[in-house]
Amino acid sequence: MAISAKSLSVSRGGINLLEGLNIELNSGQAGILHGPNGVGKTTLLRALAGLQPIESGKIEYSIDDVCYSGHADGVKPTLTVRENLEFWADIFGNHSIIEAAEQFMISDFLDLKVGTLSAGQKRRVGLSRLGLTGRSIWLLDEPTVSLDQTSVSIFENIIKDHLLKNGCALIATHIDLGLEDSAKIIDLSKYQPQLGKLSRSEEAFL
Amino acid sequence: MIALIFRDLRIAIRVGGGFGLSLAFFFIIVIFFPFAIGPNLELLSKVAPGTLWIGALLACLLSLERIFALDFEDGTLDLLATSPLPLEGVVMAKALVHWLTTGLPLVFISPFLGILLGLQNISVLFLVMSLLLGTPALSIIGTFGAALTAGMKRGGLLLSLLVLPLYIPTLIFGAEAARRGIEGFEIQSSILLLLGVTLLSWAILPFAAASVLRINLR
Amino acid sequence: MSFWEYANPVKFLKLSGTVLPYFSVFAALMIISGLCWGFFFTPDDYKQGATVKILYVHVPAAFVAINAWFMMLIASIIWLVRRHHVSALAAKAAAPIGVAMTIIGLVTGALWGQPMWGTWWEWDPKLTSFLILFLFYIGYIALWSAVEDPDSAADLTSILCIVGSVFAVLSRYATVFWNQGLHQDASLSVDKEEHVADVFYYPLLVVMAGFVLLFIALVLLNTRSEIMTRRASALLARRKV
Repeated sequence: MAISAKSLSVSRGGINLLEGLNIELNSGQAGILHGPNGVGKTTLLRALAGLQPIESGKIEYSIDDVCYSGHADGVKPTLTVRENLEFWADIFGNHSIIEAAEQFMISDFLDLKVGTLSAGQKRRVGLSRLGLTGRSIWLLDEPTVSLDQTSVSIFENIIKDHLLKNGCALIATHIDLGLEDSAKIIDLSKYQPQLGKLSRSEEAFL
Repeated sequence: MIALIFRDLRIAIRVGGGFGLSLAFFFIIVIFFPFAIGPNLELLSKVAPGTLWIGALLACLLSLERIFALDFEDGTLDLLATSPLPLEGVVMAKALVHWLTTGLPLVFISPFLGILLGLQNISVLFLVMSLLLGTPALSIIGTFGAALTAGMKRGGLLLSLLVLPLYIPTLIFGAEAARRGIEGFEIQSSILLLLGVTLLSWAILPFAAASVLRINLR
Repeated sequence: MSFWEYANPVKFLKLSGTVLPYFSVFAALMIISGLCWGFFFTPDDYKQGATVKILYVHVPAAFVAINAWFMMLIASIIWLVRRHHVSALAAKAAAPIGVAMTIIGLVTGALWGQPMWGTWWEWDPKLTSFLILFLFYIGYIALWSAVEDPDSAADLTSILCIVGSVFAVLSRYATVFWNQGLHQDASLSVDKEEHVADVFYYPLLVVMAGFVLLFIALVLLNTRSEIMTRRASALLARRKV
């Protein structure tokens, strides 16, 4: 079991967004989070990444195995692609960025400043960080935003590759990533509490 | 952590504005004092230590907002928070970069500004020493303030309001050290107290600022 | 029945509602009687004349001003460690009262100083420290207003209070150090109230006790209103979504 969550509740702004959520992913498995806007996909992923506290429940995994990629690209426009990637490589202890760059087909513009790239290219630079971390649990929030069809296919392959290497991924996305057959679909709208359920902190005032 | 320091230095240098802007501001503030108090060099030399310290303080304030703002907006702060680097290390790296790009340059140009305000040769040395020991405190305290207001739109004014009272001990000890040195009194106690405040700030504020960042990232 | 039970906001509302009138009445009684005793029934000081009587307002105000911050520090630590909402809101509630007391202390200090020493203000350690305390209070209150999420606001202001306390203590020592350079006669300082004679002492104690009760009453009042505001918004949120 790479990551297991039982009876998980997360809240935002004093209101419980999701309750009683159970997720289980094994190595080599992908989970797709579905649900309407505002259901709590981002909140859930951030909570799993350790960026915000959970309301209740239990999560079993090693936080050091997690690699989080959020809505924003996470790249520095004033630095070149190479500098951006080498920075992350240094932080995570990897030393070569060549492979990651080739995977995402950005080797051609390694020495260009990120600020000069298009939105899709920036996104690809941000996503290539995933390969550099050497971490097995990928938490991805709308990763294919601003990517064209070719890039989305490349991304699909990268995910499949990662799964083959015994990694796992939990992805919040509206887009068909071609993983649907093998992946676990988690429909978050099933875990929404009744209207207006308050977080524990706010409940104390009632 | 070294990687973060180099990255931020690179960004600071490329963006250009950050580096030179604080220096220019320092220069302008200090020059304005003679305009305000009159050109009497004797009088100016008496208030020179205080003037230069206030100039340094305000110039440091200018570049504080940017410490976390950019990383907060483009999502890099989230990524740094989930990386192997501890947030305390991130805070220290950011404060160090702030000092290298704002505090240290101020220290270098202060002798020249001191002369403009009528300080004679060796007096300038006391001023430089006090600034050298005190500006690191200004950077880490400022970084703490920047963490508190990270992510706030237009948090600049609040940042100044929060940080300036925290600057008071450094300002008093620093300006006293410079002043006492210039007037020929012994400066050991002032220097030690100044250094003490700087070291204490660097010891406790990274932890406080890291906690604050975690809260603001929620 | 443990004291911590009143950390529950609803229970606190009930208890504070019952005791508040008593605190208010006793506070008023003690302040009024203490002031009357002090102003009318004690002799004028041979040196300072009748103006020394202003110490009956200055000293208690200053006492509450500094202890209010201390109470906020304790309340902030309790919030960070035990997450008791009442604690966080009590700290928030105490701040404006602390500011008011600081201002009263500063103004009465000036009023005291002027007829005695011919100057409205003196940068002695005590007064300067109060001015610095005033700045810390303002920053604290401003931070509460600037943060939207109430729990995050409580967290951030608590950390600010702790860090601020460290720097406030440092500032206190700095102002003493700073004043060593003064060549003036140190007797200009309003610190001299330490030489208050016995005959002034007892009414002063009464007024001080009254001010403390007043502080408690005001904090209870403010905390209640903070809790009720949070309660209202929680009820609204429950219905809105």
